[in-house]
Parts: sequence; structure tokens; C-alpha cells
Amino acid sequence: MPAAFARARRLLMLRVAVMPEPLRTLTAVAAPLLEDNIDTDIIIPSREMRSTGKTGLAAGLFANRRYRDAAARIPNPDFVLNQPAFADAQILLAGTNVGCGSSREHAAWALAEYGFRAVIAPGFNPIFFGNCVRNGIAPVVLPRETIAALTNPVTVDLEAMLVNGHSFALPDEARLMLLEGLDPIALTLKHADAIARWQSADRLARPWAWLCERATSR
Amino acid sequence: MTTLFDQLFDAHSISDLGNGTHLLAIDRIMLHERTGASALNSLAATGRAIVQRNHVFAVMDHIVDTFPGRGDATSMPGGTAFITETRAAAKAAGITLLDVNDPDQGITHVVSPELAIVLPGLTLVAPDSHTCTQGAVGALAWGIGSSEAEHALATGTLRVQRPKTMRITISGRLAPGVTAKDLALHILAAHGAAGGVGHAVEYAGEAVAALAMEARFTLCNMATEFGAFCALIAPDAVTFDWLRGRRYAPADWETAVRAWQPLRSKDSARFDREIAIDGSSVQPMISWGTSPAQSLPIDGAVPVGEAGAAARAYMGLLPGQPLLSLPIDAAFIGSCTNSRLPDLARAAAIVNGRKVASGVRAIIVPGSGRVKREAEALGLDRLFTEAGFEWRESGCSMCFYAGGESFGPQQRVVSSTNRNFESRQGPGTRTHIASPETVAASAIAGRIADARSFCAGAPLADVAGRSDA
Ligand code: SF4
Repeated sequence: MPAAFARARRLLMLRVAVMPEPLRTLTAVAAPLLEDNIDTDIIIPSREMRSTGKTGLAAGLFANRRYRDAAARIPNPDFVLNQPAFADAQILLAGTNVGCGSSREHAAWALAEYGFRAVIAPGFNPIFFGNCVRNGIAPVVLPRETIAALTNPVTVDLEAMLVNGHSFALPDEARLMLLEGLDPIALTLKHADAIARWQSADRLARPWAWLCERATSR
Repeated sequence: MTTLFDQLFDAHSISDLGNGTHLLAIDRIMLHERTGASALNSLAATGRAIVQRNHVFAVMDHIVDTFPGRGDATSMPGGTAFITETRAAAKAAGITLLDVNDPDQGITHVVSPELAIVLPGLTLVAPDSHTCTQGAVGALAWGIGSSEAEHALATGTLRVQRPKTMRITISGRLAPGVTAKDLALHILAAHGAAGGVGHAVEYAGEAVAALAMEARFTLCNMATEFGAFCALIAPDAVTFDWLRGRRYAPADWETAVRAWQPLRSKDSARFDREIAIDGSSVQPMISWGTSPAQSLPIDGAVPVGEAGAAARAYMGLLPGQPLLSLPIDAAFIGSCTNSRLPDLARAAAIVNGRKVASGVRAIIVPGSGRVKREAEALGLDRLFTEAGFEWRESGCSMCFYAGGESFGPQQRVVSSTNRNFESRQGPGTRTHIASPETVAASAIAGRIADARSFCAGAPLADVAGRSDA
């Protein structure tokens, strides 16, 4: 069934999505927020998650810390991101167990939308770790003392797996996703040929499993 | 290997990704308005589209009101946005939507089998933990998260780690007055709420083969309360007869049935775990605590011992207290567990000619528009309303509290639903889950009651009798 195969392949490959920019080497300002257990509620309070989508969240990032009056958006000058030296920060330095609490992916969405491309901490909540990778943010684990001693600008090199000369580790698939700017969907679409082959064979093997377009128009 | 689960898993494996993870082909995707709009919008925001839109369906069930004459307005503050955004996203995506007032609207896991969206041998996923219900037709059906829903929509596949397999064999027959719900609670009470974690569960044995299709859905529904990855029952003549002629049933029916007939675990199949249950030993069950596993035979007493102290405190119960005759404030029949026609008919057989006890709020919510129509054709709506029940439009309704309607703090509710978690039906509400018969009998008595002591009315016995006996 070359026609069906071609159609399935075309449908799959149409999805050239706006995915995270590939992250190979990043040199940027790192903002220190060196406390342990920065939970997802601190990163984005639940009242800041106003829509059913994943955008429009950057203004709510760290809302309870960043603003004196969050509702009126009056900045708190003491908060690190409001200080001129850290205004363009793209790297966040945190304490251990960062991203604990609610599993909301909004935390990673808000960080990414604000412009963060890396979080460096002694330890990550596992769900938050995965959400960072999915959204183009490198989660870098380094010892507490190493993080405290980092000086700006900070360079995160995912090819050499070094941060200002200190090496770190990352699972292969996570590294691949960040290096190539792939989300899990894009990673799966690397199998587009196999998927299309399976589908065109399945249309013949299990015709009863396939609903034609007509069946769904009512 | 060669369990039914392995057959279905292997047949859908497109690629072995290593470490037990496979790229599985997904045949059907169901969405509902609680999470549907976010999955569809987030897909659209990345410039992606649905790869097989004719295999994707959306339903309004969770947030939509169930009051007669309902529209898009909801008693849940902000709920309307979920409805209108899901509608707009479904239209933009070109998928089939069972909208608020569609004649076939209803709870996802009720309408999908009713319309034969799910079929034996298919894979079906939905961002909802009770998707395991649909495995009762012999499909691989499981609940997923929002990001996975997006992945399935965009690629027609999911990355899945192969779970272990478990078979629960129920021998003999269930006694009269004992239903699939009681069986589900019995399994939970005996093996715990984590008894099925990491396993695909197949229900088998004489007692399961004897269950009507609707009762099989009830049994599989509560596999998620057991922690299972999914639930399965091998399809048989009961399944095929039930699905035949439904809207999306295959046109070439004979070919499909021929393909489905071999879908069963081989005699030589090896399961990672086997549980055996004597069906005749199962009694009518009711939950006493705040986990479905905290369930007892209806004539049992609240356990003593430290382990249950928090649950007892929440439920307002004392150690050693019998559950029978405990006064109740409300009775609820509905949810994807027990809202199908035979559920309502069996409850009606108990209510028949009687009245709800004064001071008790009693509500019936059919699982779908179709169930509602069929029940009304049998006159069940009049029977229930004359007895003092509210008769609602279909939906999830007060199975769960979404911020709108609730029973109220400390209210004691006997409910045909699947979860008795703290505040599941409203802040502080005390839920006892049980079969529709037990709920009906308790509504009449105004107290937790044993339905077996109510003589079922004769005229409805033919509808009621077939379903679980
Ligand atoms: S009826 Fe209850 S358990 Fe079933 S899908 Fe709706 S909310 Fe979930």
C-alpha cells in the first residue's frame, strides 16, 4: 500500500513543531535562589494558572516572591530577578529538591516562557526534572559547594557535559532531547517510518479497526 | 507469555525501545472537557495536528451540570470555560464531539462502549484513570496523563513500559443479591488498594463468564482503585452480542468477530501473579473508611485498631460499630461504575412502590443519554421520581466534587460510585460506596440497609435479574 504509506508518512511529518531551541552551549547570567525545597507552588502559585493552556505563565513566575503585591504586579526590589544584575538571567541556581510538591508542568512552562534554559541544583524532584527536559530546560545536578562557587557568566556545555569546567551527568535520552531541541513527540517522530509502515500494514490486517472519515461526520 | 494482555501488547508494538519499553500503536483516544481543551490547545500551540482525527472522540461529562434543562452554565465556578473551550478545540481539531445536549452524551466510559468506539482487540487511551473500565470488552484500555494524551494525538502512539500480568480467577457463581460491585469491593478488601500496582489484570473464571456486559464494566472499572495498569476480560459471545449493531461497530461484522475469537489467554499462559476467589463466598459489600479497600460485608462492623483511626475519625464512626442501620443523609446512584440500564433497573426493583425516607436526599444520574432514554421507556424515571428521587441528565455529577455541587460537610452518603476518598463528593462529605441495590435500599430505609431484606418487585425482575446473577 504505497499510497496509504505515503499518506501516513506525510501526516506524521507535517508536525514540524515549534519546539524548544536546541541547547548545545549556553553562556548566560545565572540567578542564585539557593534555598532547598523550592516547590512548584513557589515557582508558580496555583492562582496564576488561569487558562487551560501552557502559555501566559511568565508573569506569574515566582509571583509570591517577585511582587510586593502580586495582584497589582508591583515588583519586590529585593527579589533576585528584579535586581539589574540578574535581569537577563537564563540560568537558575537552586538548592536541593527543587520542583517538589505538585506535579504541575506549569512550573517548567513558566520558567521556559520567562527565558530560563537551565536549572542547576544539588537535587531535583524527579517529575520536575522530566518536565524541565520536555520543555527545553537543562536540569543540571552539581554539588552544593560547586554551585555556590560559580561566578557569572555561567557556561552550560551539553556537548562536553561541563558547567564552568565542572562535569555533570544526564540520561542519554534527556541529553538527546535537549541537544536536538526535541520534545518526546519529536523524539517519537524519529520513528515516523516505522509508524507509517505499521499503520499501512494494519489497515490491511485489521480493516475493522479503522473508522473512515465518513463514519465520524454526523 | 501468550496471555491475552501480551497478545494485545505485542500486536500493537511498533518498535521495541529497550528496557521493556515499546512504542505502541493507539487505536482510539477519548477526551473529556476537564482535560480535553488543554491537550488539544497545547497540541495546536506547537503547530501539530491530530494524526488520526477520525479515531478521536471528545465528551462533555465531568464539569457539565446534570440538572434538567442544563446548558453551558455550570454550578462549578469557572466551569463554563472548560465546556466552551473544549467545544471550540474539538471543532478546530475536526474530531467527533458528544456535546452537552447530544442524545448520546454521557460519561466517557459509558458512551464509548455504547457507541462501539471501543472494540475487542483495540488499544484505547483517555486522560482519565477509569479508562480501565473499557477493557471489559477485551480491549487494551488505560488512563494516561495530559502530556501523554498530546503525544498520542500527535503520533498515534505511546511509549509504554510493559507491566506485569495478573489473573484473578473467580470460580463458582455469585449468590443472589451479590453483584459485580460487591465482587470488586471484595477483591479490594482482600488484597488492598495497591494489590494490582504494576500489573495488567485479567478477570477470568466461571463467575466472570456469567456476568452481563454491564456488570463486566463495573468489575473492570474499579481496577484503578486496585492500582492496576489496566483490566481485561476475554471477549466472548456476550461481548459480541452486546456490541453488534452499535454506531461504530465494524460494517464487516463477521470478519471482525473472526478476528476477535482468538483473543484469550492460552491454556499454557503464565501470569506473574494469580489470585483465586470463590465467587460463592462473596457477600454484599460496603465501604466504611476512606479507601475502597476499607470495605466490609454489609453486616460487618467497623474495624478496631489504630490503623483505621484516621478513617474512622473522618467518617464519624466508632471501633466495632455495625454499619447496618447507620442513619444516612443522602443516596447517589450514578458514575461510570454503576449507572447503566441494569444498574438502574435493579435499583428500581427495590424502590418499586416505596418512598425515600424523609430527610434523605436521593439522586439518580443515568450514565448516558441512551441509558436515560431506555430507562424512561421502561417507566423507571416515574418510578424513581414518585419515590422521591431526583432524576437527572447524564454525566459524572456528584461522583466527584469539582467545586460546584456537593452533599455538604459530615453528610453521610451511600453511593454507587468508585471512590470514597476524603472530600471526593464534597468537602468533609462521608461516602460509603456500595452496589446500586444497597444504595436504593438504604435510601428507602434512611439507614444503611441490606437490599436482600427487600423483596424485589416482580414487574422489573426480567430486566433486573439478568444483569449480575
Ligand atoms: S463518573 Fe466519576 S469516576 Fe467516572 S469518569 Fe466521571 S468523575 Fe471519573
